[in-house]
Amino acid sequence: MMDYFLQQLINGLTLGAVYGLIAIGYTMVYGIIGMINFAHGEIFMIGSFISLISFLILSSIGAFSAVFAILIVLLVTMIFTAVFGWSVERIAYRPLRDSFKLAPLISAIGMSIFLQSFVQVFQGARPKPLQPIMHGGIKLLEHDGFAVQISYLQIIIILLTVGLMIGFTAVIQQTPLGRSQRACEQDRTMAALLGVNVDRTISLTFVMGAALAAVAGLMFTLYYGVIDFFIGFLAGVKAFTAAVLGGIGSLPGAMLGGVLIGLIEAFWSAYFSIAYKDVAVFMVLVLVLIFRPTGLLGRPEVEKV
Amino acid sequence: MAGFKTAALPREGLSGAFLSALATAVVVLVLTIPTVGLKTDESGGSLIVTRHFDTVAWLVGLAFVGRLVMSLFMARRAVKPGEQKKAGPSAMDRFAAAVARNGTKIGAVGLVIAVLLPFVTSNYLIDFGTNVLIYVMLGWGLNIVVGLAGLLDLGYVAFYAVGAYTVALLATNVGLGFWACLPLAGLFAAAFGVVLGFPVLRLRGDYLAIVTLGFGEIIRLVLLNWQNVTNGPNGIGGIPRPTLFGLPFAAHSATGPTFAEFFGLEFSPSQRFIFLYFVILALALLTNFFTIRMRRLPVGRAWEALREDEIACRAIGINATNIKLSAFAIGAMFAGFAGSFFATRLGFISPESFTFTESATILAIVVLGGMGSQLGVVLAAIMLVSLNEAGRWFSFLGDIALYRPLIYGGAMVVIMLVRPRGLLAHRQPSILLHGSDGPKESLVPNDGLAASTGELP
Repeated sequence: MMDYFLQQLINGLTLGAVYGLIAIGYTMVYGIIGMINFAHGEIFMIGSFISLISFLILSSIGAFSAVFAILIVLLVTMIFTAVFGWSVERIAYRPLRDSFKLAPLISAIGMSIFLQSFVQVFQGARPKPLQPIMHGGIKLLEHDGFAVQISYLQIIIILLTVGLMIGFTAVIQQTPLGRSQRACEQDRTMAALLGVNVDRTISLTFVMGAALAAVAGLMFTLYYGVIDFFIGFLAGVKAFTAAVLGGIGSLPGAMLGGVLIGLIEAFWSAYFSIAYKDVAVFMVLVLVLIFRPTGLLGRPEVEKV
Repeated sequence: MAGFKTAALPREGLSGAFLSALATAVVVLVLTIPTVGLKTDESGGSLIVTRHFDTVAWLVGLAFVGRLVMSLFMARRAVKPGEQKKAGPSAMDRFAAAVARNGTKIGAVGLVIAVLLPFVTSNYLIDFGTNVLIYVMLGWGLNIVVGLAGLLDLGYVAFYAVGAYTVALLATNVGLGFWACLPLAGLFAAAFGVVLGFPVLRLRGDYLAIVTLGFGEIIRLVLLNWQNVTNGPNGIGGIPRPTLFGLPFAAHSATGPTFAEFFGLEFSPSQRFIFLYFVILALALLTNFFTIRMRRLPVGRAWEALREDEIACRAIGINATNIKLSAFAIGAMFAGFAGSFFATRLGFISPESFTFTESATILAIVVLGGMGSQLGVVLAAIMLVSLNEAGRWFSFLGDIALYRPLIYGGAMVVIMLVRPRGLLAHRQPSILLHGSDGPKESLVPNDGLAASTGELP
């Protein structure tokens, strides 16, 4: 029984890493411009498609070692997906920054629908399978014929996430860019008066969020081995739930929320019913909103005129 | 439109326009190479990548020309230094205002056309009209939530599904007829709206959007997985057709006279089509009438006030949560009515009809038509349903249905950029200080201020 639990814990953590990386994109954008970037789930989906295509091209060129291939694909995916993040902000959000309050939200929904069907039209609606890039793993425990195993892929996913988190926190806390971001988060007008290039800072926030979503997309492709144009929808809702659970606007909160959502999903599927795992995650969102709308690590928000 | 002028570098003139067009083309190139240029195709059980760089070239060229034309167009409209900015509303604003002023006349003409339509056209057009009216009704229902109360509901189709399944389950299990089910369907949908809205309506609008998005999906998942009740993906069939005061629209009936027998007519299947058309027309008009009346009640006024400024509303003592909840529940109720009609019209429903795409379509209708504009919804509904059928009417358009969400999504973004409140949206003050004729000439300060607001005639 303990073995089964441990295995689900490992699976949940891996899943949580993916959700956490997407959740950071939501939480950063929310922090800086106070809107939910509905198209973020689709950015993740595009990231997973670009990584799939990159893997296919690499494998048709010739043999690379798996780790090397993953690194190349990681870089390519992050760059191309970041351009998507930048374009979405430039086209759909920036002109509406001081508009009627529903306008940016509707524009974001429109963008999300557009990107989803864009991929559906140009890449086809069928699920896309990918041959496993990495095999094997480490057996942690074994008795009664049930082995608790952590695969090399899961190790890579968790290590990569931890590494990105450390790097990311350093960027936010130590660099001039991070300082500008925190300044814009507190007061955009004041930051602009003090010489912070607000447009550029917001653009870079979207670029960073999209790059992290790209990493999540790559991990999803590798871990599940099959993607389609619709994966961004559910992943987006779950990652958003993670961001709310952790406290929207808080970076460590997003990661914590992601891990918790991953664990809830893994344990729910394992012990209750796999058909209703998405329902369970959604219920978490509603319960958090009722009982603790600021999330676990968030600060209460005071609305002022 | 203001946003486009805040480019990183101030580029002016033809060369500037050319440069920004070039930059756009480069971005589009980067965006489309991995997503359009390299397509994954199945070949012998595994995926291969095929190249489609001709499409990329088309898209890049299109982006270049489009951006160039846009820059030049903007340059012509831009205000030169030293010149006074032209005051007054834009052409579209004036058009929307004119439509709003003549709303009753246009509505009356539209109503006459709608009533006469089934008697002069074919079954296909009646069916098409019924489809349009279902979307008009859903659009009007959602307009209460989005357009009037300013609550972004992304799971509206969930209430539509609740209505449809209420009728299907009650009719097949309990044996109730359509007319008995109809109010129950609305009631159930409204109850769902209250249960869902209560926890989230206290929070910021964005939360509501994502919770309703999730809720729409959850309802679909439950319908799909709760096999013993909903029959899962196979759906529920054998839902009875509506009758006219007990007169069925069939060739024969075991229980009594049919519609054709009762009125001494010859039976024809198109009688049922026409009847269904009038049922949905009546339901849609009920929605419209209800909305128009509600707008004149304190609750309706409070909806619009909340949309404009929630903090101010709280300050004057409006219970924001209750007011929002009423809008949410009423919107849900009309979706429930529409859902019950949908179920009885087809006689068969399955979770497939209640996907997020459907919610997005209804939202697109409200947004494109103009939030709060009843006529705009009709116009947008006709446009979007025509888009579905366009592939059938014009064979050269090919498989246009595939591009439908692409067009909806793109149009939603463009409309927001150009007219954030929708095409035919026009904000009319509910009460004017000096009546509808405006202030007396002598009271208007002669500095053109009144003219520049564009609100007063």
